[in-house]
Order: sequence, then C-alpha cells, then structure tokens
Amino acid sequence: MARVVVDVMLKPEILDPQGKAVHGALPRLGVAGISEVRQGKRFELEVDGELTAERLAQLHEIAEKLLSNPVIEDFEVHVS
Amino acid sequence: MRIGVVTFPGSLDDVDAQRAVRIAGHEPVALWHRDHDLKRVDAVILPGGFSYGDYLRCGAISRFSPLMEDVIVGADRGMPVLGICNGFQVLCEAHLLPGALVRNQAQRFVCRDQRLRIERTATSWTGSFEAGQEIVVPLKNGEGCYVADEATLDELEGEGRVVARYLGPDPNGSMRAIAGVSNARGNVVGLMPHPEHAVEDGFGPGTDGLGFFTRVEAIVAGLAGV
Repeated sequence: MARVVVDVMLKPEILDPQGKAVHGALPRLGVAGISEVRQGKRFELEVDGELTAERLAQLHEIAEKLLSNPVIEDFEVHVS
Repeated sequence: MRIGVVTFPGSLDDVDAQRAVRIAGHEPVALWHRDHDLKRVDAVILPGGFSYGDYLRCGAISRFSPLMEDVIVGADRGMPVLGICNGFQVLCEAHLLPGALVRNQAQRFVCRDQRLRIERTATSWTGSFEAGQEIVVPLKNGEGCYVADEATLDELEGEGRVVARYLGPDPNGSMRAIAGVSNARGNVVGLMPHPEHAVEDGFGPGTDGLGFFTRVEAIVAGLAGV
C-alpha cells in the first residue's frame, strides 16, 4: 500500500479571505512577525496494490480534474 | 416550452425555479441528477442551493453527475442552459463558463435585494430585457465572488459576454462587479443573483426576475462565435 498526498493551494493572485481571517487572529494570540497566512487543502489517497507509473499518472489527472480547479488553484502530488 | 430543472442532493431553489417557469408560461420538468435522461426538454436550469454540501468546492462534485454529461452535450449543441447561484458554480466547474466563484471577499454570507444592470440581451435567457435595464432581485451567497484572470475578463468584456453587473457597492468582491456571464454563443448563462425569487407580486422585491423565464430562445442570431 502506498499513500499519495495531494496539496491544493489557491493561486498566489487569488485573494484568500480565510487565510486573511486566520492571519487576523494571530496578534490576538500574541504572535507577531507573520506577514501572511494562506489556507489550502491536503488530500491523502490510500492506494491499493503497487503504485505504478500508470497509477500515479491517473492520480495526477484526478488531482487536476477533481481535487483542484485549475482556474483558481495549483496542486502538487507527493508520494509518501 | 419544456424547461427542465435539475435537482442535485442539496439543491434548495429547484421548486422555486419550477414555479418561475410555470408563472412565465412554460412547462417545468423535474430532472434528477443521477438520471441519464433530459426527458426531451428544450432548455435546462441548474438551480441554487448547496449541492453536496459545497464539499470540495461549490459545484465541484455535482459537475460529474450523470445528467451533467447530457447537459454538457446539449449546451454544446446550443440548448439554453441557465445556472443560478450554485448552478452558476456548477457551470464554471464544468468549464461551460469561464472563471470561478470563490468565497465572498468580506467573508460574510450576503442576503439582500440587489440592483443589477442587464448588460447583454442577446442570450437565450435575457431577450425580454432592454440593454442597460436596471432590475432588483434577491442575492444570497457565501461564495459568489467571481474571479478570472485579466485576459479572460478582457475577452468577456470585449465579446460582450458580461450578462449582468452589480450596481452600487460590490456585494461579494466580484471582479468588475460581474453578476453573470454567458458563453460565446449566448445559450449558456450563469447568474449569481436569484431571478426565480422575484416573479410574483407580494413575494420578494417585485417581478423583475420573471424576464429571465418568459422568453427562452434556443437560437440566438448574430453573436460572436456562432
């Protein structure tokens, strides 16, 4: 069994109101010196059987087609 | 005219959309997202709501429902398709319309009567309006901020594909105050505000929304891209 992790982040030019709200909470907790917070998503896919190149390519496609929206988001696929 | 209204799990405004279709003088046809059957309708409305609980991204899971395959084929053939609110999000996720809808800039759910200007009347859904006509219909969304890259926005403006624009303060941070857009042919329209909630006197802000449902035309002549 292998685990494939897909990280999805809003593109840098897309405003992230959630990250901004989190950032706004930091000073209230006494944390200074953080210039920005961006919030993203992490998907963990448990893959049955061997992780072949073909299988990985398929997961890449799913990351692009379903897990992220290429209009507003970037994604990265990691094998862990 | 037979106008289908698709129900996804989590759709909320499907019955109101059916009612608007009936009041406008057409026959509403209930469509179920899992059926591979458009029931020979002449046009389709994707209603508002929170399909699949807005999980993943708004509209991202609905876009892969069996019926959407038929809607995409129909749209490519010129069938009129109107997506309202969550329906607009589904159309963007399905790449039938450019851009995307993200969380309101102010992080707040907006619910109010909204003034709009109808910018494009040469679509399958806005033929009964005058160009530049101002209307008031309800707006209610948490993720209604329309975004696209500058090149796409310029293309939309250049081809006259901005269908409606917010008047007054931008309610959700949408780029260029865009409330609705169409595809190049004008048969697919996405709209964030809710015209189906403004079709009867005594309910909602008036009857300005009815115009979206009265004159639904399959073929729009003289458009860019036809």
